[in-house]
Amino acid sequence: MADLTSSSAGTRLAEARRQTSAAARRRRWQLLSPAIVIIAAFGIFPLTITLIYSFLSPGTYGGVRWEFSTDAYVQFLFDRDIFDDTLQFSATYLSIFGRSIGLAFGATVGALLIGFPTAYFIASKPANQRNLWLFLITLPFWVNLLIRTYAILLIIRDEGIVNISLMWTGLIDQPIGMLYTDYAVFAGLIYSYLPFMVLPLYASLEKLDFRLVEAAYDLYASRFQVLRHVIIPMAKPGIVAGCILVFIPGLGAYITPELLGGGKELMIGNLIALQFGGSRNWPFGSAAALILLVVVMVSLIVYVRYSGKEGSNHG
Amino acid sequence: MATQSATAQPDAHRPTAATTHEVMIHAEGVTKTFGHGSSQITALDNVTVDIRKNEFFTLLGPSGCGKTTLLRLIAGFDLPDAGQILLDGQEIGHLPPYKRPVNTVFQSYALFPHMSVARNIGFGLEMQGRPKSEIKDATEEMLALVQMQHLAGRRTDQLSGGQQQRVALARALAPRPKVLLLDEPLSALDLKLRKEMQIELKRLQGETGITFVFVTHDQEEALTMSDRIAVMQAGSILQVGAPKEIYNNPARRFVADFIGDINILDGDLDAKGERVILPGGASIRALLPEGAARTGRVSVAIRPENMNLTAPDAPEAALTGRVTNIVYFGAGHNVHVALEGGGEVLVRRAQTDAQIGAHVGLSVPDAVQVLVD
Repeated sequence: MADLTSSSAGTRLAEARRQTSAAARRRRWQLLSPAIVIIAAFGIFPLTITLIYSFLSPGTYGGVRWEFSTDAYVQFLFDRDIFDDTLQFSATYLSIFGRSIGLAFGATVGALLIGFPTAYFIASKPANQRNLWLFLITLPFWVNLLIRTYAILLIIRDEGIVNISLMWTGLIDQPIGMLYTDYAVFAGLIYSYLPFMVLPLYASLEKLDFRLVEAAYDLYASRFQVLRHVIIPMAKPGIVAGCILVFIPGLGAYITPELLGGGKELMIGNLIALQFGGSRNWPFGSAAALILLVVVMVSLIVYVRYSGKEGSNHG
Repeated sequence: MATQSATAQPDAHRPTAATTHEVMIHAEGVTKTFGHGSSQITALDNVTVDIRKNEFFTLLGPSGCGKTTLLRLIAGFDLPDAGQILLDGQEIGHLPPYKRPVNTVFQSYALFPHMSVARNIGFGLEMQGRPKSEIKDATEEMLALVQMQHLAGRRTDQLSGGQQQRVALARALAPRPKVLLLDEPLSALDLKLRKEMQIELKRLQGETGITFVFVTHDQEEALTMSDRIAVMQAGSILQVGAPKEIYNNPARRFVADFIGDINILDGDLDAKGERVILPGGASIRALLPEGAARTGRVSVAIRPENMNLTAPDAPEAALTGRVTNIVYFGAGHNVHVALEGGGEVLVRRAQTDAQIGAHVGLSVPDAVQVLVD
């Protein structure tokens, strides 16, 4: 009986709520309009140009000739024989994509492994100390990424402080070639994007009810079991957000592989930049940029779908 | 009914023969401080207490009295600075919570929001690595015990407060702990539900035979459910006893004041220290708690329902005064009487024909409790 009355009241409430929400929706669109204008002008419009350029032919001195061509996309997978014009499969650019995805994925995992304990540490501090720690995490943003990357370069190069001190202590006779390796790029990516991992992780760990952790301890969960069954599932929105925020910019990174990889170890970002610069192949550059975009979008959709299944229980 | 319970047992304050009861938890000289320097707070100060097997034991006191701290020390969330805690004869004071056969029902319930009701209840057994079939059976048994079978698959945030409460109980009972700790579990419920759950908890304690240690600041709740109550204040246990004993024979002024309404009167002990002479000249047998002075001026406590209104010149009138106010509260009347010679007392009667302004006499029980400050 109590259920009946409450459900009819519930229906009326839902109806009233619908009416209010229609007005609220209109207001929300008005709030969004400046952002829509900016995204249209500086996002959709250039992207359309990129899309068009990717189907044109390269000009001899850069730029494009207005002739329709799918060569840019063909070139991505095939080599065209200069004598008989036959197409042969070539994995050159695919491998650059593969490397980039591998490096970005590795950097994401690395940032997660370093960032999670860091975020947990900050979230478990008393509230008045947390801001100081967050400030320290965001401190690197005060310095330009280019300069920070140069700093890494100075530290790990052959005549850098690491090699000099190791040689001075007699541990090594020859400098270790750390610069211009995948490891250097990997470390540089983790360093550059770590704050993007820590901040969303902190945001979800800070909301974590530590009484749940106590409850799990009380119910015979060891430290590892508490982490696995309570803390990580509860921090899932932060983990998803952090991984996206590190993986995507990591995949398209330009400065880090350029400086620390020495340009010889190409990532997609460098490949694209090269097409608009030295190689003067704007259509191919546009095509590579669009392929990157599609890869990112598809992997993002898959990832969010997958993690949303368990993550939607709370939020 | 009130006058009957007024006759206090003369042996109420003798230490109960501990040998007849098996002890489940023995805390000895437990001290816990928080913070340091000038902001240091002693949450528990040298507390010693025995909690018996299969009893419903309540820690009662105002907020900040240390009752929750004592509970957390038994659970293992905090470690004592000094003293030891024995569970069933074994020292557990240093063990982490997951190694103590003790479970807690939290004030906030602390149900895992990312798990179903059934998985919440089975969590303790799952963490102990019990076989799946056993977890399933135990979960079903617990769901039946708290009458929640129909909601096993629900998410915990889709439950009402009372339902969450039942799940929290089932979750803590499922691993069959030796002791169940309950940290003000009913405080978030509305009055009607709270009364239901009080009876429900008592039933569960009886059915499971598990020792319950219940923390509350609600004296009525403590009196309703407990086998024994420990009244705490400022990090110390002031008095331990059965509800009737605590209510009718409070040994300390704080205990008397904290639980229900009480009249505190000044009197003088006679030369032998056996009787109290009230200001009106009436002489009443004194119940002296341990540590009380045997002579001189003392305070005595009399419950409002243990006093009766009489004619001013009636032989049983130990005190006289004038009715200043009569307040009806449903189950009875509170009659406020200004005493001759100063002071005011409260008399509680189911029926009264007293009039405001009337000159009345007051009868008192034949023995009264002397309080220690």
